[in-house]
Amino acid sequence: MAHPSSYEPTTGFEKWLDARLPVMRVMSDQFITFPTPRNLNYWWTFGGILVFMLISQIATGIVLAMHYIPAADRAFDSVEHIMRDVNWGWLLRYTHAVGASMFFLAAYIHTFRGLYYGSYKAPREILWILGVLILLLMIATAFMGYSLVWGQMSFWAVTVITNLFSSLDLVIPGLGTQLVQWIWGGFSVGGPTLTRLYSLHYLFPFIIAGVVVLHIWALHIPGNNNPTGIDVKSPRETLPFHPYYTMKDGFALVLFAILFALFVFYAPNTLGHPDNYIPANPLQTPQHIVPEWYFLPFYAILRAIPNKLFGAAGLIGAIVVLFFVPWLDTSRVRSTRYRPIYKWFFWAFVITCVALGYLGSQPPEGGYLILGRIFTAYYFLFFLLVMPVVGWIEKPKGLPGSITESVLGPQEAPPAAAPPRRQPEAAL
Amino acid sequence: MAENVTPAQFPIPQHEDDHTRRDVIMIAAGGFAAVGFGLGLWPLLDQMNPDQSALSLATTEVDLSHLEAGQAITVMWRGKPIFIRHRTEKEIEAAKAVPVDDLIDPIARNANLPDTAPATDQNRAGKDREPWLVMIGICTHLGCIPKGQSPGDYKGNYGGWFCPCHGSQYDTAGRVRVGPAPQNMAIPPYAFLSDTKVKIG
Repeated sequence: MAHPSSYEPTTGFEKWLDARLPVMRVMSDQFITFPTPRNLNYWWTFGGILVFMLISQIATGIVLAMHYIPAADRAFDSVEHIMRDVNWGWLLRYTHAVGASMFFLAAYIHTFRGLYYGSYKAPREILWILGVLILLLMIATAFMGYSLVWGQMSFWAVTVITNLFSSLDLVIPGLGTQLVQWIWGGFSVGGPTLTRLYSLHYLFPFIIAGVVVLHIWALHIPGNNNPTGIDVKSPRETLPFHPYYTMKDGFALVLFAILFALFVFYAPNTLGHPDNYIPANPLQTPQHIVPEWYFLPFYAILRAIPNKLFGAAGLIGAIVVLFFVPWLDTSRVRSTRYRPIYKWFFWAFVITCVALGYLGSQPPEGGYLILGRIFTAYYFLFFLLVMPVVGWIEKPKGLPGSITESVLGPQEAPPAAAPPRRQPEAAL
Repeated sequence: MAENVTPAQFPIPQHEDDHTRRDVIMIAAGGFAAVGFGLGLWPLLDQMNPDQSALSLATTEVDLSHLEAGQAITVMWRGKPIFIRHRTEKEIEAAKAVPVDDLIDPIARNANLPDTAPATDQNRAGKDREPWLVMIGICTHLGCIPKGQSPGDYKGNYGGWFCPCHGSQYDTAGRVRVGPAPQNMAIPPYAFLSDTKVKIG
């Protein structure tokens, strides 16, 4: 795509295939010889980890669907049937449930990495927007998947979240109610709701996979950003994707898989809520409704705003604002490394997201509510005020002349002999 | 050479009105296709609306003969909890004493009355049956079931209902007194068939 093809079909079959459907050429050019900046750090390994998580979720999900029954009176029992009777059912379900948490953990790190290093800035705006779209689809998919357990938390999460749409009644009377009944397929959350959530929960991961293909395509046109945020200036500043980054990504994936396995085998329910082991009861709301940890910051924003319509708008706006980041940030420098003022605001934003996560798990009263409002205000101010204004007034630190220079320091003259291609690590 | 090809070498019959005719045909064809697409899409969307079996469960009859003053029951109607409270004299007086102007939501939200009826206690309680309050027991914020039906429940500062999800409070006429809920709890269409029997829906 963005670099000249270096694929040479060798066997007769490869030549025959290459003239008809050049899949081998695309695979070779994009995933073997693809020129990748040589200074990528471990924060760049989460893209590969996310691909692994998507495949893991689809694989475990497809086999769980062979045993799960999406009917209001049988769903909860079928989940317990998977846990107790189905061969390896406990492993498959725990891997799928913990996998959702691990998927979000990796996605959030991946997003913060993009924010820190300015990976959303030109020419990577479409790449960033597709990433936010994937995050949005992941949120919808995880929400629908959680509902399928049909425990108390599942049921009331569906009730509360679908009721967010009823706030449209405050804009056009009747519209919200009509929309919510259309989503429910009845006058309350019930059997018809469960079957449609099941159908869409099966569909959405494949839509995500499709958008992931576009995301990688959009990545491979300009190529990777890198920790310095400056463009690759010569082929000597890149390495072929394989074996250098397949190995680096693979090593990071192994470490990530260890964390994943620790949760699956030693703490499979730590990230969940015990109330979801109580079957759904439409006549009793749990004392405290709490979403899964990966939704807590958004839940805190919803509850911080004491107005139904604006609360719902804040929840949705917290994600939608990400779409506009490429144009909200006015700085000409990509990497936060060279942004002495913005750096502090960035880390304050990271702390804000963690704090909102904690506050989302606490009851919305007293000091928690006040803190929730302060952090919610900063969440939006970071995007709407800090990004445009700091980018405008800040004087960035001096950028290195090139990626090579950032690694080796300023060079008097280029090295007499280029480092041998086979041991580029020696140069790093 | 291709760039030197002139229309003279490939004589295509040209008519003055050709473009106009094509435009009309294109717009007409496109329009029909759009209508066809819309008609095809509608069943795919409308199938999600409440189906005939959900609509057929639209009424339910409840026997109230065992309900003493101060007691309440919860029944199901259209999959929703319906709160029926037999209110005490004290609860009725407390509800009547509140001026409508002091309420968060001054509308009665009573399906048996016009949409603009004010939220007086008279408009909230049963018609000519002041002690009876029949309403959909769903918090108008995000759909949780408020506490207050059982004798031991915390009922909030106004003696009615308290929603444990986000702290909304309702008075003894089911009117919201403390947010974030924006509206009074809704009153379903219902009628008393006799002194001890009510039909909801």
